[in-house]
Amino acid sequence: MAHGPSENFFTRWFFSTNHKDIGTLYLWFSFAMFLLGGAFAMIIRAELFQPGMQLIKPEFFNQMTTMHGLVMVFGAIMPAFVGLANWLIPMMIGAPDMALPRMNNLSFWILPFAFAILVSTLFMEGGGPNFGWTFYAPLSTTYAPDTVNYFIFGVHLMGASSIMGSINIIATVMNMRAPGMTYMKMPLFVWTWLITAFLLVAVMPVLAGAVTMMLMDINFGTSFFDAAGGGDPVLFQHVFWFFGHPEVYIIILPAFGVVSQIIPTFSRKPLFGYSSMVYATAAIAFLSFIVWAHHMFTVGMPIAGELYFMYATMLIAVPTGVKVFNWITTMYKGSITYETPMLFCIAFVILFTFGGFTGMMLSIAAADTQYHDTYFVVAHFHYVMVAGAVFSGTAAIYYWLPKWCGRMYDETMGKVQFWLAFIAFNITFMPQHFLGLAGMPRRYSDYGLQFADWNMVSSIGAFMYGGAQLLFLFNVIRTIGWGKPVEDPKVWEGADGLEWTLPTPPPFHTFSTPPVLK
Amino acid sequence: MSRLFKIIAAIYTFLATSFASAESGFWSLNMPRGVTEVSNAVYDVHMLMMYICIAIGVVVFGFMFYVMFAHRKSRGAKAANFHENFTVEVIWTIVPAIILLGMAFPATTSLLKVYDTDNPDIDIKVTGYQWKWQYEYLGEDIKFMSELRTSQDEQYGRVPKGEHYLREVTQPLVIPTNKKVRFLITGNDVIHSWWVPDFAVKKDAIPGLFTSAWAKTDQPGVYVGACTELCGKDHSRMPVVVEVKEEADYYEWLAGKKAEAALYASTIGKDWSNDELMQKGKEVYGISCAGCHQAQGEGIAGIFPSLVGSSIVTGPIEDHIGILINGVAGSAMQSFADQLSEVDIAAVIHYKRNSWGNDMNDIVQPLDVLNYKQSR
Repeated sequence: MAHGPSENFFTRWFFSTNHKDIGTLYLWFSFAMFLLGGAFAMIIRAELFQPGMQLIKPEFFNQMTTMHGLVMVFGAIMPAFVGLANWLIPMMIGAPDMALPRMNNLSFWILPFAFAILVSTLFMEGGGPNFGWTFYAPLSTTYAPDTVNYFIFGVHLMGASSIMGSINIIATVMNMRAPGMTYMKMPLFVWTWLITAFLLVAVMPVLAGAVTMMLMDINFGTSFFDAAGGGDPVLFQHVFWFFGHPEVYIIILPAFGVVSQIIPTFSRKPLFGYSSMVYATAAIAFLSFIVWAHHMFTVGMPIAGELYFMYATMLIAVPTGVKVFNWITTMYKGSITYETPMLFCIAFVILFTFGGFTGMMLSIAAADTQYHDTYFVVAHFHYVMVAGAVFSGTAAIYYWLPKWCGRMYDETMGKVQFWLAFIAFNITFMPQHFLGLAGMPRRYSDYGLQFADWNMVSSIGAFMYGGAQLLFLFNVIRTIGWGKPVEDPKVWEGADGLEWTLPTPPPFHTFSTPPVLK
Repeated sequence: MSRLFKIIAAIYTFLATSFASAESGFWSLNMPRGVTEVSNAVYDVHMLMMYICIAIGVVVFGFMFYVMFAHRKSRGAKAANFHENFTVEVIWTIVPAIILLGMAFPATTSLLKVYDTDNPDIDIKVTGYQWKWQYEYLGEDIKFMSELRTSQDEQYGRVPKGEHYLREVTQPLVIPTNKKVRFLITGNDVIHSWWVPDFAVKKDAIPGLFTSAWAKTDQPGVYVGACTELCGKDHSRMPVVVEVKEEADYYEWLAGKKAEAALYASTIGKDWSNDELMQKGKEVYGISCAGCHQAQGEGIAGIFPSLVGSSIVTGPIEDHIGILINGVAGSAMQSFADQLSEVDIAAVIHYKRNSWGNDMNDIVQPLDVLNYKQSR
């Protein structure tokens, strides 16, 4: 018998096994983490507003850069896309729920504890993790504050959560598709998530291995990464980036999926090359496993290794280019309108491609001699992470929120937020390219006077960008609470897919009987 | 229209002059061309890549903006329904692949230059410490530390910042023109990275390993670089400063360095007075110790121990010398045996034992330090 959510607040949210409620939990958690990570970024940019130490001490600055990275990657972006997957995958493939609903509950509820543990270290003696989100040994082992053990425990928990979430997605996509929903009929968002889930299952254990080796080095006298005991600090970097490079695709592939859903809707035209998009995604996922050492061009690899990783990295441009060309060709001869989700997706295509260009420059190993570990790299990965993942996540919320809650967001406010975010983003990160090229290394708590001008510009942009997010929060809350009811149950004229065939807002349980596919 | 043209022309001039300028001054936009063969090769491949990216960007974004403008619903565009075209997909797979093949050639030749470290004229060992560099001229018996000279007062805004803020060191690395200098780079504690943008030299300084890089230039001058691998709290406070001297000046400098070392050796046996030790010790403390143990010896709770009334500082002199000579394994307290001279070590120990309320009233002489070292 179909029934609604529990009346009791506690049982509804803490014991939930419903994919929509758990999706909601993931999304709110990720937004909270986004604001927290953003607050850390504001502290960083405030300190860097001028040369000299004005507000905080260098050791706290390092904790801020580290926590900003960790919270944004593991707390904000990844859970945001898991939340979208929870909400959307069952509705897109015509399934009643996720395949493993109790594990779904567990994989979410691990996260608040993992982050409570991680963030609590900031208040402990010695401070929180201060070795960068890439936590290179031996800075993160022999020379780390004692709280590093909490960090390791937190990372283990996040990894467990991610692995459970991915197993759930794989099981759902493979087993719960409605009759007639063949693999090559799945919406691209489902495809990108399926591939992402395999990446996660493959590399999260590698990260767990890296932090376990750290734990052993710190507490049990081993020397995996300690040269004095016969270990090798470079080993850490190989293990970390074997996880870390696929990780960046774990973040961006679901974003590709979101954009591939939204652009056809507002172009009122089907995605140009569905199958080549699927193959390109798979190709990117494969390549992500064999390019990791391009993060390590300065560790003194033999030239043969350096050349191999350079060529392999350059190859990534091919499938990525295929994706960009397909998006643009989807818009070609369409009938385009520019609602907020579409604006964010177009900005995604432009700025992500820009980040791809700097990525191609970074792949040239000789030139990386100059770029490596400077603000050029910081600018590059914020173009792909923020304008890539965060913009597409924002687009996804504006796109599907009216469907989920049956209420329309305020379009004007959405557009104001978009332009504010778009302009502020570029004011923040474009000058960081110049800073990097002029010679400012990343993770610097202070800098010479020659970098003062662009740093000030960048900081002003960052504060604006932070403000734009508050507008987003306000718009979302206003929509859920007081938004105008959606008139057309399909919400968007050009929308296509099973989720749009459901009533708006969808009932607590959907597709209890599988839909029939045309 | 002509106004628009003027604006575009102004922007173009601004960009062109900024890119052309090799000086990394204010509002700078591009990397320096640098002064070595490698840095020029790197600059060229960087510019080539940038122009290729700009060209691709103009084509792709140009088409996209046209589509965004022309195929708007508000202009009455009706959506077509075509999709899937194998030929088009093959074309836009192969064309970028061909462009990449074209890029691979300059990318490879420039990298070969970076790696061409054979047959150097001079070998210099560069060791990264938290948070300073040590330079050792192999075969010349010359070794010194190079540390930040900018004062804490400047960093914390108590006095105006100097022109060379965070770009000045106690002693720069000195190399001659027209000699192939090879840098053998390693780390003492954590991983650092030694970067001189004008040489396009950046290699990680990794404990237990050596990496190598090289430079040869005909342009004398002072070139400033930085540490580029996060190495702890003062990561941004260990600049690299390299002074390139004409060959003759370089050898003069080298001879001076050797004479200085010989003169210094004669002061070890001398009896130092309390005042001399306190003055020297304060100077050494400010450069080598205050970064962690703080200006008044108070340390930072949970990370760097306080020296005020600590058991080492108020204990036997021998143990105090021992901790400076040997360091503390597994902590940020490094061994200073190779970093500081006997005079410096004696002076700084004496200073610590007689400052901030520590009142040991004993005297530590350089000879005590030398004896301690020799007894090991």
